[in-house]
Amino acid sequence: MTPAAAPVAAGRGLAVGALLRRNTWSLGLLAFLFVLLAFTKLINARYDLTGIQNLGISILPLAFATVAQAIVVISGGIDLSLGALMALLSVIAAAMMKGQSEQFAVLVVVGVLLLGLVLGGVNGALAVVTRVPDIVVTLAMSFVWGGFALLVLVRPGGASAVWLKDLLAGSLFTEAIPKAAVVLVIVVAAVWIPLAPSRLGLSIYAIGSNRLAAFRSGVAVGRTRILAYVFAGLFAALGGISLTATTGIATPVPGPYTLNSVAAIVLGGVSLAGGRGGLVGPLIGVIILQLIRTDMTFLNMNTNLATVIQGVILIGVVMIGSLLELRRARA
Amino acid sequence: MTGVAGTPETQTGMRTTGLRALLRDRPIIPLVGLLVLLVAAIAVAQPTSVTPSWAGVMIRQAIPLSLLAACQTITFLTGGIDLSVGAVASMTGFLVATLVGHQGLAAAIVIAMIAAALAGAITGIGVGVFKVHPLIMTLGMSLVVLGLANVWQLIMVQTGAGVPSELRWIGSGTFAGLVPSSLLVWLPLTAFLLFMLRRTGYGRLLYAIGDNPVAARLSGARSWQVLVVLYVISALLAGIAGFLFAGLTNVANVNLVDSFVLPSVAAAVIGGTSIMGGRGGISGTVVGALILTVLSSLLTVLGFPEAVRQVVFGAIIVAVAAAYTRVTAES
Repeated sequence: MTPAAAPVAAGRGLAVGALLRRNTWSLGLLAFLFVLLAFTKLINARYDLTGIQNLGISILPLAFATVAQAIVVISGGIDLSLGALMALLSVIAAAMMKGQSEQFAVLVVVGVLLLGLVLGGVNGALAVVTRVPDIVVTLAMSFVWGGFALLVLVRPGGASAVWLKDLLAGSLFTEAIPKAAVVLVIVVAAVWIPLAPSRLGLSIYAIGSNRLAAFRSGVAVGRTRILAYVFAGLFAALGGISLTATTGIATPVPGPYTLNSVAAIVLGGVSLAGGRGGLVGPLIGVIILQLIRTDMTFLNMNTNLATVIQGVILIGVVMIGSLLELRRARA
Repeated sequence: MTGVAGTPETQTGMRTTGLRALLRDRPIIPLVGLLVLLVAAIAVAQPTSVTPSWAGVMIRQAIPLSLLAACQTITFLTGGIDLSVGAVASMTGFLVATLVGHQGLAAAIVIAMIAAALAGAITGIGVGVFKVHPLIMTLGMSLVVLGLANVWQLIMVQTGAGVPSELRWIGSGTFAGLVPSSLLVWLPLTAFLLFMLRRTGYGRLLYAIGDNPVAARLSGARSWQVLVVLYVISALLAGIAGFLFAGLTNVANVNLVDSFVLPSVAAAVIGGTSIMGGRGGISGTVVGALILTVLSSLLTVLGFPEAVRQVVFGAIIVAVAAAYTRVTAES
């Protein structure tokens, strides 16, 4: 071994170590997920590949909502209108697809995705232009979007195109790979892998981490904030469409996606203060949250108690998250 | 109204027009003007409707809302928010209605208030000690309270529930067919809150913590104690509002007050209390609650559905918050 080789090898070792260290939280979550899966199998011996398939489908709306929330929170904001926005986009998609041809549904899907971009942009632009805190703007907008959803459909209704349902139902190649999960991974990767290392992606992290410093290093803070909301709108549209596609109808009443997405991102290691975290952790967080709910049904738990436990998990996760942050701030 | 909050920030060298200065320093005057305008609009839309007894009905409906909005006001002052008021208020009304048969009215009220205080204390500990964002903490707490109330509902389903006549009287009764009896509850509570915010050290601490938490801590304020007490007060106020809501509607339901949470936030925002903390007061909030009640009545007179009301309320919050941010901005 030449003298020069040693530092290189050490450097590589360091890189692996750093990679492990950077992803400790995600790896820990992954380990927890496997423990939870084993526990699920233990309490219900019949839990098998069908269960995993159902899991893949049932996480889809929350997974998209979580990706949307993660992007906004990383940029230093928060979007409390996600659940209502998803409901609005879902009822628009369902109402327009009802009684129409399969080809027309393609147009509807594209249209709803574009609308999602626009409505997300409205959220962001309002927060930037009015200088009212994101949390207030999006809370108020949640009622605006929810009201519009009720104007589109008064009661659950509409329909989904068959190809859209087929796109998400069932499995690919083997029973173990739910189609819904494949769609999720492809869509998220197609947006996030080019975005994260790009100038815009770095700007999103920068404004979330220190807005003033980002501004002074030449980041267009306002524009970047709006773009983060635009991406959130896109994923809210995907979530809305997946709601319509997986249930076959749409409901104008917002689901619990706003709060659960916040819980999932915090569980996934995204800091509510902004600027820290990624998308892998939050997505594992989504699976964990859904699996916990499945387990509660297997244990024959009263659904109301399940609501209580969900609230406790939400608070607990956020508490632990902020405790870690406090410790990090002190260190 | 904002005498206490007349902070040095109002003495910025910015040249302001008369209206801006008025909105900034004495928001109550333009607010009352807006209220008069809305009443005039109703008088135009339906000339026969504006009568003394109509005014009595408006006040009767605004009273419980203004108590909920008071919860938002005092938590806003510290930079917080209390979204658990809906769940807590519904819970206390429901508890009294189910317990009154066995325990008697006084004991039922005491038990309900203890439950509310407990929820408030846990929220306060989460916000004050664990530094969870108040919005997340109170949303999580409302899930917990709602779930527990539902469990209680299942337990009590055999005995049935009825709002006791005393609550019906205090919530919806009148003196001489005109003056709402709920004023008996509202007047002392509002006087207490006014006194607390303007004349006590505790009230000053709320403004101080909201205005500059670091300065407040450095000058010796134990913010976690202040916050725990604050969220207990807020939960107790919400609990009392719950009795009034149950009495007003003669309904005991675990979701009764949910739809009043956003209006309560709206009333506080319209009343000129800043959600960022440190600025505002109760009297503006009271006028804000009246404005929303009259506006709601106007929308009903004009024949708009509930969905439109949601959209309008959401839009109003953004618009008013933006206006206040603009006139009070230091630049």
